[in-house]
Amino acid sequence: MTTTPTSTRPAVRRSRGLQASRTRVALLLLVPMLLVLAAVAGYPLLRTIYLSFTEYNILQDPAPKWIGLGNYWFTTDEGVGLGVLQTPEWWQSVWNTVRFTVGSVLLETMLGLAFALIINSKIKGRGLLRTAILVPWAIPTVVSAQMWNWMYNDSFGIISQWGQRLGLLQTGQSFLSNPDTAMAALIAVDVWKTTPFMALLLLAGLQTIPSDMYEAADVDGASPWTQFWRLTLPLLTPALLVALIFRTLDALRVFDMPYIVKGNAPETMTMSIYARQQLILNSQFGFGSAISVMIFLIIMIFTAIYVTSLRVKFD
Amino acid sequence: MKKAATLVSLTAAFALSAAHAQGVTLTFACDSVGQGYDECKKGADAWAKQTGNSVKLLQVPKETDQRLALYQQQLGAKSGDVDVYMIDVVWPGLIGQHLVDLKQYIPQSQISQHFPAIIQNNTVNGKLVGMPFFTDAGVLYYRTDLLKKYGYAGPPKTWNELATMAQKIQAGERKTNPKFVGFVFQGKNYEGLTCDALEWINSFGGGTIVDPSGKITVNNPKAVAALRTVQAMIGTVAPSAVTTYGEEEARNVWQAGNSAFMRNWPYAYSLAEAPNSPIKGKVGVAALPAGPGGKPAATLGGWQLAVNAYSKHPKEAASLVQYMTSAQEQKRRAIQASYNPTIASLYKDPQVLKAVPFFGSLYEVFTNAVARPATVTGGKYNEVSNAFSTSVYNVLTGKSAPDAALKSLESQLARIKGRGW
Repeated sequence: MTTTPTSTRPAVRRSRGLQASRTRVALLLLVPMLLVLAAVAGYPLLRTIYLSFTEYNILQDPAPKWIGLGNYWFTTDEGVGLGVLQTPEWWQSVWNTVRFTVGSVLLETMLGLAFALIINSKIKGRGLLRTAILVPWAIPTVVSAQMWNWMYNDSFGIISQWGQRLGLLQTGQSFLSNPDTAMAALIAVDVWKTTPFMALLLLAGLQTIPSDMYEAADVDGASPWTQFWRLTLPLLTPALLVALIFRTLDALRVFDMPYIVKGNAPETMTMSIYARQQLILNSQFGFGSAISVMIFLIIMIFTAIYVTSLRVKFD
Repeated sequence: MKKAATLVSLTAAFALSAAHAQGVTLTFACDSVGQGYDECKKGADAWAKQTGNSVKLLQVPKETDQRLALYQQQLGAKSGDVDVYMIDVVWPGLIGQHLVDLKQYIPQSQISQHFPAIIQNNTVNGKLVGMPFFTDAGVLYYRTDLLKKYGYAGPPKTWNELATMAQKIQAGERKTNPKFVGFVFQGKNYEGLTCDALEWINSFGGGTIVDPSGKITVNNPKAVAALRTVQAMIGTVAPSAVTTYGEEEARNVWQAGNSAFMRNWPYAYSLAEAPNSPIKGKVGVAALPAGPGGKPAATLGGWQLAVNAYSKHPKEAASLVQYMTSAQEQKRRAIQASYNPTIASLYKDPQVLKAVPFFGSLYEVFTNAVARPATVTGGKYNEVSNAFSTSVYNVLTGKSAPDAALKSLESQLARIKGRGW
């Protein structure tokens, strides 16, 4: 990933002037991109961090008022905690998001791997199959979420009808309305939608494995089972980790699907839905920004874990 | 001959487009629940034809919270993209400073035709920020045919009666219709649940969450009893999935003939009585039941038309508002779509009463509706309402007990109140 200093040092010594001018040109060419990045990513991020230290109701306060860490941790004289870290709703939303992420990413990885293996094998109608599994991924989330919402509807929905016929549900019950099964119902929607994406990423990884390795394994008499565990999986690991990072980060900031299906229901409120409620609905820009910063930190921790584990694998 | 005809029609077309060019185009964020969009369009088009302007009607979200979130962003950014907004009765305190004072455009004689309480609600710091468009109050819908079939003379007077009746009708109807439920209402965690739950609590004599002086009163034994009564209905006479219902989800179940009772707003009446409705001619409307020792309560709803302070055409926008809220247009909307007028004299109009009989019989309900604590909590109303509806939602889903939920709500509200509303 990074070039080690030992390999470049002699080159630098030999042609310092040329190298330096090259670096200058490279920097010059990079400037527009860095400026754009600073404008669209850097400024909003810094602004959010700044706002998180202020009290600012966008509809009423003329300007943000600096309150330091008050949005994160503040206890009034009566002993009431006002900071986001003292708010049970926040921790509930963190817990919901973690449950959603672990559940959906695990299932998507396993199913995606299975699909990728099937599509990668030389079976008839493979092209058609590849196109077919992409359909859920191609449907806009708003549309598919609303579609599932209807399928879950207790009175008209097909899933509730099956559930009632199988005796899993009473009349007027649905998997969404029961707070104990609501999260599982949402994970099912996400798995349906995102497994194709996972399968595609893993398929790309599978196709980089040279086929002669399998031929050699066949000659050695390794069973398909052994081939999978000793050959396919180790060689697929880099692709698998990249896919995992993508999905985990996506799942951690999930907003659209759960919001469309369940709205502000506390048992399925994710971190992003909670942030939106405070920022947009309650127009608390200070408090809402503090939540956004917390989400940013949490996602950063996950990224750091993944990136370090990736590097270990590569070395 | 042919040439002359072409010439005439061409001239006419030019004349028309010239007239259009003179007028302005207003953007109007109106309604989307039930036949809201179509009814707004009819009125706006009539005004446009009369004045030579044109109106672009926006598709707005169905639920009031989502509309507010959208409009708050637009107004917070001082955007003039939308000229006229339809605003909820609880919003004047929240977004009033971004709206035009309509007193400078609309004559006092027309303002004073409307219910004084609503005009007062829409007046913020001496500014009239919205003209009353239609008022709303929660009512109980019931199936007249089913009440008769199971031997009931009239609609229930108390919540316990409602539960007993719904239970009996549901048990009987399920033999032929397995989807049948007793009672549906708005149980999803949003502003609609705040309205419904305020009715339960208030009809038990449990107050209005925060009293007019600003004191948090929600944690009281009567409110606990109210929530306990409703909690017991979930899964027995009301479907458990009522916690995923907004207005339209409840109406879908009711209008398909799958429910004996429904709590909803008056707009549902004309839809249920429409020619293609399965329950046409079987719809009764009554005041909501009361708790033991309490009296019926209906939450005050209703919508106002307001002009965006950042609009480029405030004069034309105010003229549209004036037309849409006039007695003539309100009468048309009452007759065709059962929207409650905000002008007292229309409740005595024979044509209106013929189209919507309960406007006469429930006049008291509409004029005595209970207001949500929006005025006293001002800019913090949304947070109060969120906290309240979430607590009630947790009671409905069985996640918390009524007394514990209200106790923690009380401290949550104290936290929101901070040093004062």
